[in-house]
Amino acid sequence: MEFIQTIFANELVVSILLSLLPLIFIIVYALVVLYTEMKVAAHIQDRVAYMRTGWHGLLQPIADMLKLLQKEDIIPDKADKLLFRLAPIIAFVGTYAAYAVLPFSSIYIGSNINLGAFFLVAVGSLVVVGILMAGWASNNKWSLFGGVRSAAQMISYEIPTAIAIIIVVMITGSLNLQDVTKFQDGGIGNWVVFGGPLPWLQKLMLMPFTIITFFILFVSSIAEVNRTPFDLPEAESELVQGFNTEYSGMRFAMFYLSEYANLFTVSAVGVALFLGGWSSPFGSFMSGPVWGIFWFVAKAYIFVLIQIWVRWTLPRLRVDQLMYVSWKVLTPWLFACLLSVGLILVL
Amino acid sequence: MSAVGTYFYSIFHSLYTVVVGMRITIKHLFTCSATVQYPTVKMKIPERARNRLYVNIDDCIGCDQCSMACPVDCITIDTIKSTPDVDLGLTSKNTKKRLYIPRFDIDIAKCCYCGLCVWPCPTDCIVMTDVYEFSEFDRKNLIYSFSNMTAEEITDAKERLKKYDEEQTAKKAAIAAAAAAKGAALTTQPPPKPESPVS
Repeated sequence: MEFIQTIFANELVVSILLSLLPLIFIIVYALVVLYTEMKVAAHIQDRVAYMRTGWHGLLQPIADMLKLLQKEDIIPDKADKLLFRLAPIIAFVGTYAAYAVLPFSSIYIGSNINLGAFFLVAVGSLVVVGILMAGWASNNKWSLFGGVRSAAQMISYEIPTAIAIIIVVMITGSLNLQDVTKFQDGGIGNWVVFGGPLPWLQKLMLMPFTIITFFILFVSSIAEVNRTPFDLPEAESELVQGFNTEYSGMRFAMFYLSEYANLFTVSAVGVALFLGGWSSPFGSFMSGPVWGIFWFVAKAYIFVLIQIWVRWTLPRLRVDQLMYVSWKVLTPWLFACLLSVGLILVL
Repeated sequence: MSAVGTYFYSIFHSLYTVVVGMRITIKHLFTCSATVQYPTVKMKIPERARNRLYVNIDDCIGCDQCSMACPVDCITIDTIKSTPDVDLGLTSKNTKKRLYIPRFDIDIAKCCYCGLCVWPCPTDCIVMTDVYEFSEFDRKNLIYSFSNMTAEEITDAKERLKKYDEEQTAKKAAIAAAAAAKGAALTTQPPPKPESPVS
C-alpha cells in the first residue's frame, strides 16, 4: 500500500487502483474457476472436457470470454428496458462490494471497516435485488419464476448465514474480518472451526458447535450463490436459464462473472471466519503478507473445488425441500449452536 | 417412527446419502476418462465394417452385377465392347476382360453401405474399405469416378468399335449376298449361321 502511495503520491489514484485490484483478481479467478469447473465436471463424468485450445484446453476460458464479449446484446421487445439494463450491473455491484471487506492479506483489505461481516451480509442482499430485477424486467415467465425463486431462496438462506456469522463474532469479539483473521493467527489449532485460541477446555466444548456451524455456513453459502443442489433460480431443466434466460452477450457475461465472483466471496467468508483467513496453517512457517494472499486464495479455492464437487454430485432440491432445509433444519440447529456457544463463552 | 425420530433420521439419512454420492463422484474424478480423442486417436473399427466403397478398376470386367444389386442405384456403369484385335488383359482371377469401362461412378452420397454390391462381383473388385472420413462441402464431390480411361481413349474405343461393327455388317452383308447367290443356285441349301459379333 505504502509502496503504491509513494509511486503515485495521490490518494485518489491510489484508492482507485486499490479498488480495481479485486476486479482484476475476479476476472483472472473466474477464468481459472471456469476451467476448473469444466474439467472437474468432465472428469467426474469420465469425460475430458475441452482439449483442443491450447494444452488441455487451457485457452478455452479466454475464448469463451471473447465469444461472450462479441455477441449481440439482445433486449426483448416487451422487456422493461431500464430495469433490464440495470439488473446485471446491480447484481455485479452487490458482488463486487463484498470484496471491499475481504482480508486478502494482513496488509491488503479494501476497506478496513468495523462492520465488515455485517456489511457482507448487507451487500449480499443486493444480488437478490439484481436477480429479481432481471427476472421481472425480462417479461418472461421462466425468468420471473427464476427471480421469485431466487428471492425466496436467498432471503431464507441469508438467515443461517447471518447466524453463523454471529456465532463467529461471539467467539472472536469483532465484526471486522481483519480482526477475526488476526484472532485466528498462529496455526491450524487456532482456527475458529477448531474452537479458536481459547483455553483448552472451552475450546474442546466449542469444537462440536463450531464444526456444525461451519458446515451449515457452507451449505447455506452454496444456496446463496445458487449452485446446484440449490440452483432453483436457474434450473436449466425446468426454467431454461431462470432469471438470465433473456440475457445474452455482455450482460449475460456480467451475471456469469458475478456468479463466479459470488462463489469466491462465500468461500472467502467461510475461510476468513472459520479457517484462519490469510494466516498460515503452520503457525509462523510460510506466513507473511505475500504468503497471506496465497493462503487466503488457496483455502478459498479448495472451498470452491468442494462446491464444484458437490455440484456435480447432487441433484436439485424441490422448492419445498429447499425451504424445509433452511427453516426446519439449518436455522434451528444454528440457534441451538448459538445458545450453546453463548453459554460456553459465558462460563 | 415418531415425528422427532423422522426428523433426525432424515437429516442423518440425507447427509449419509450425500457422502455416498460424493464418494462415487470423487472415485470417478480420478479414474481414466472414457473419451477417445477422435481426430488424433481413432478407435479400431471392426474387421467387417462397411464404409466407403472402392473399385479396383483393373479387375473390373464391366458385368454390371454390382449396379443391379444396388438397392439405391448409386452405381452407374457404362461399357464399350472391345474389338478382337485388342487385348485388355486378364483380371487377377484370370478372367479375360472384354469390355472397356469408360464410366464407373459411385454416388457415395446415395450409398447406404449395405454391402450388397460386394458379394455378386465375380472378380472381387468392388470392396468396402475402412475409410469413413470423406465429408465434402459440395455434394457433387461425393460422386466418385473409378474409371481410368481418358476422353481420347473413350472416343478411340468407340470409333474402333464403330469401325469394327461396320466391317462386320459389311462382311455379313457380303456373306448374305454370297449365300443368296448360292441359294439362288442351290435352293435347298439353308442360309449359313450368321457369325455373332465379338462377345
